[in-house]
Amino acid sequence: MPLARTPVNLEALRLTGRRAVAETLGRYAFFSAAFFSIIVSGMIVWSLAAETWTFVSQVDYSTLWTDGWFPRRGMYDIKTLVVGSLLTTIVAMLVAVPLGLGAAIYMSEYAKPSVRKVLKPTLEVLAGIPSVVLGFFALTFISPEVVQRLFSGATQFNMLAAGIGVGILTIPLVASVSEDAMRSVPDTLREASYGMGARRVSTVLRVVVPAAVSGLVAALIIAISRAIGETMVVFIAAGATGGSLFSVDVLGPGQTMTAAIASQAAGTDQVVGEGLTFQSLFFVGSLLFLLTLLLNLVADRFVRRVRQKY
Amino acid sequence: MALSTPSSSSVRAAETVRSGLTARQSDPFGRAFQVSLWVAVLATVAILGVLIFDVVTHGWGVLAGETGDFLTGRLGSQPENSGLGQAIRGTFYIGVFVVVLTFPLGIAAAIYLEEYAQHGRLNSLISVAIRNLAGVPSVVYGILGLTIFVKALGSVTGPDANGRTVVSAGLTLSILVLPIVIITAAEALRAVPNGIREGGFGVGATRWEVVRSHVLPYAAPGILTGTVIALARALGEAAPLILVGATTGFLTGGESFLPDSLRERFTALPIVISTWSGRPGEDWAASTSAAIVVLLVIVFAANLAAIVLRNRFERGRR
Amino acid sequence: MAVTTGTVSADDKAGSDPVFELSSLEVFYGEFRAVREVSMEIAEREITAFIGPSGCGKTTVLRCLNRMNDLIETARVQGSVKYHGVDLYDAAVSATEVRRRIGMVFQKPNPFPKSIYDNLAFGPRLNGVKKKSDLDDIVESSLKSAALWDEVKDRLKSSALGLSGGQQQRLCIARCVAVKPDVILMDEPCSALDPIATARIEDLMRELTSEYTIVIVTHNMQQAARVSDRTAFFTTEVNPESDRRTGVLVEYNPTSKIFSTPDDERTEQYVTGRFG
Repeated sequence: MPLARTPVNLEALRLTGRRAVAETLGRYAFFSAAFFSIIVSGMIVWSLAAETWTFVSQVDYSTLWTDGWFPRRGMYDIKTLVVGSLLTTIVAMLVAVPLGLGAAIYMSEYAKPSVRKVLKPTLEVLAGIPSVVLGFFALTFISPEVVQRLFSGATQFNMLAAGIGVGILTIPLVASVSEDAMRSVPDTLREASYGMGARRVSTVLRVVVPAAVSGLVAALIIAISRAIGETMVVFIAAGATGGSLFSVDVLGPGQTMTAAIASQAAGTDQVVGEGLTFQSLFFVGSLLFLLTLLLNLVADRFVRRVRQKY
Repeated sequence: MALSTPSSSSVRAAETVRSGLTARQSDPFGRAFQVSLWVAVLATVAILGVLIFDVVTHGWGVLAGETGDFLTGRLGSQPENSGLGQAIRGTFYIGVFVVVLTFPLGIAAAIYLEEYAQHGRLNSLISVAIRNLAGVPSVVYGILGLTIFVKALGSVTGPDANGRTVVSAGLTLSILVLPIVIITAAEALRAVPNGIREGGFGVGATRWEVVRSHVLPYAAPGILTGTVIALARALGEAAPLILVGATTGFLTGGESFLPDSLRERFTALPIVISTWSGRPGEDWAASTSAAIVVLLVIVFAANLAAIVLRNRFERGRR
Repeated sequence: MAVTTGTVSADDKAGSDPVFELSSLEVFYGEFRAVREVSMEIAEREITAFIGPSGCGKTTVLRCLNRMNDLIETARVQGSVKYHGVDLYDAAVSATEVRRRIGMVFQKPNPFPKSIYDNLAFGPRLNGVKKKSDLDDIVESSLKSAALWDEVKDRLKSSALGLSGGQQQRLCIARCVAVKPDVILMDEPCSALDPIATARIEDLMRELTSEYTIVIVTHNMQQAARVSDRTAFFTTEVNPESDRRTGVLVEYNPTSKIFSTPDDERTEQYVTGRFG
């Protein structure tokens, strides 16, 4: 009978047999799985580093500041891509911040539980829409039905429509991160405000939002990072797949860092072109990686500040 | 004021208080604010509605027509003779890779982080790595796939296709959604009440026995929700597949569901949608819309399953 | 200060070796010393109660007795806890095996969200009991020793979460008994229960002393007076420099003495309600 009381000695208090083996094996297996994420990080850096180095060490630096981004012709004007990313991201934020933040405030501070129960899944459905779908929607609906109706000079492929598409993609992200931040503000603060006779709008704008501001900043930064990293909407709707002249006109076509990477790889069996065409893809990839990494680290700071506060 | 009022006028004072408490307060700013919130919410919902209505109406003709051919046919040069058979097969296999590789790996990593890891430099490095991986743009994962699975390991992933196979795509997307699975599974594990763990330890269970018998069953619905959302994300991704070399034009083969065909060239639904989006004319737009409806049905079904699971789980707990 | 146990063990129970011998036990949470120099012996088949104000370290000391403190990452133990002469913190000792022999009942009833039967069968199954008839026997006898059998025998397959708070706590005691431990540690087992449920658990504790050594932490002095054979009174001392509180053992004596003629003035103040 294994459950009889046995005399106590050091031997008896040792864990042996299958249970001990399972415990040790489990620990190593789970650790390896977790450690794999560090390996993946290493794989990303490694896959970017080698060709980026080739590019940086061999490129003629004068080609980095030309009239446009035409990698197959040896013109690597980085500012074209950076400005393209910047413009679409600004447009995206102009769409996503008011809508996402508005939805978040509504859900956290105004909505009845029953309304919230419908709204939250709706936003999750929106969050689940693949970006290719938004790309198609931006090209075939937002561009002709919205942008070209409002601005007669707009071309079929334009950065404004692409930016709006990216913005729609990031609405759920802004909404959910902001809502989490506001819901983590303790109710005692709201009660204190109402207790002094404050109206709801003053409570929201002067108590809840300031208390949640770190989380709201985090939401904005995460959304910017996501918008900069979004590829397919711009790839499909902003045109300029072969390359792009430097342009700050959001009503015309343009190219972002992400779309430049995808364009170079798309449609051909091999990435071909002049000398460093292939390597330029990795160079842009590194730039994109570092930029989003920086934004994510900053956002992480802000998120943690919220956690520490409450 | 009222405090200094002589008692003779207390009737008047009571009247003032009553009117003060009962009068409908006009608060134009508060009203305006609330209305603007409604507008934000309605606009968001409306966008979703318009989007779905738009693709369904455009794609309906194609789907209602010869659906069989459209769903099983091969890629073609004309909208009439183009079908999604090869694309659905590619998307199916990507899903298989994610389920087989990412789910166990991600859940195991989450178990380590929540149940085993102690504070330490390596462990905090691991969690920082995971959080950052979750924010890396998908196209960068595509570069990883291109460098490692297509170029470096091409002889393994697809010797006859320069590594541009569904194996490379599946591996790339499995890595892409790994942080999502880890983060959501870790959240689900964190929500398990500590009393359950203590109860297990209190009767002499090992860490693994506590996790297997009590923690995992309790967290299972939450973990499942996260994994299903990650799966949906993988099925909808297109950018990494472009880098890994999904075929956008014609594709010979790529129809067989036999494992042998895994190392042939491939395509997938999001790639087909992306390519067809760029083709001119109403017919291509209709086919693209129809393909989008197919992709959305797959992705929504997964998300819906996740939402239903979570709601049932939350109801069961309270 | 810490009272030597020599005087205590000289009474009627003399002869049986102590179950636990604590010598200069200190517990740290990170840099913070939660408990200072606790030395005492705990006798077999008795109920020993730990009492004292909040933060005095009584729960911390209790959790050292089955290495439950291992689960708190920052916790560190100095000094020694001997269990039948074996140092519990010896590198070769497995916390798992320790907890099998020294079970624990917690403040809040924590049944597993499973059936009553599975709650009880979990521990025995881990320890290799596989035969259905053996398991059935263990389930029945454990429930009987926790005075719960008559109330649940017809619904062993229904969820343990459907039981009342008091029943859940008795289920947790039964779950503990099911692995045939030697000692049962109870951390304020009645604090979440109403007076009637509390009385049942107290009766149960007295019955269990025929087979088990019990150590109980309680906030309730009357409870300690009612059920325990010996009582250890802990209190906090404030370090004037750091303003940190550290738990110390003030007095350890037969319960009757603690509540009538305690040796230490602080004990008297506490048990008469003038302090704490």
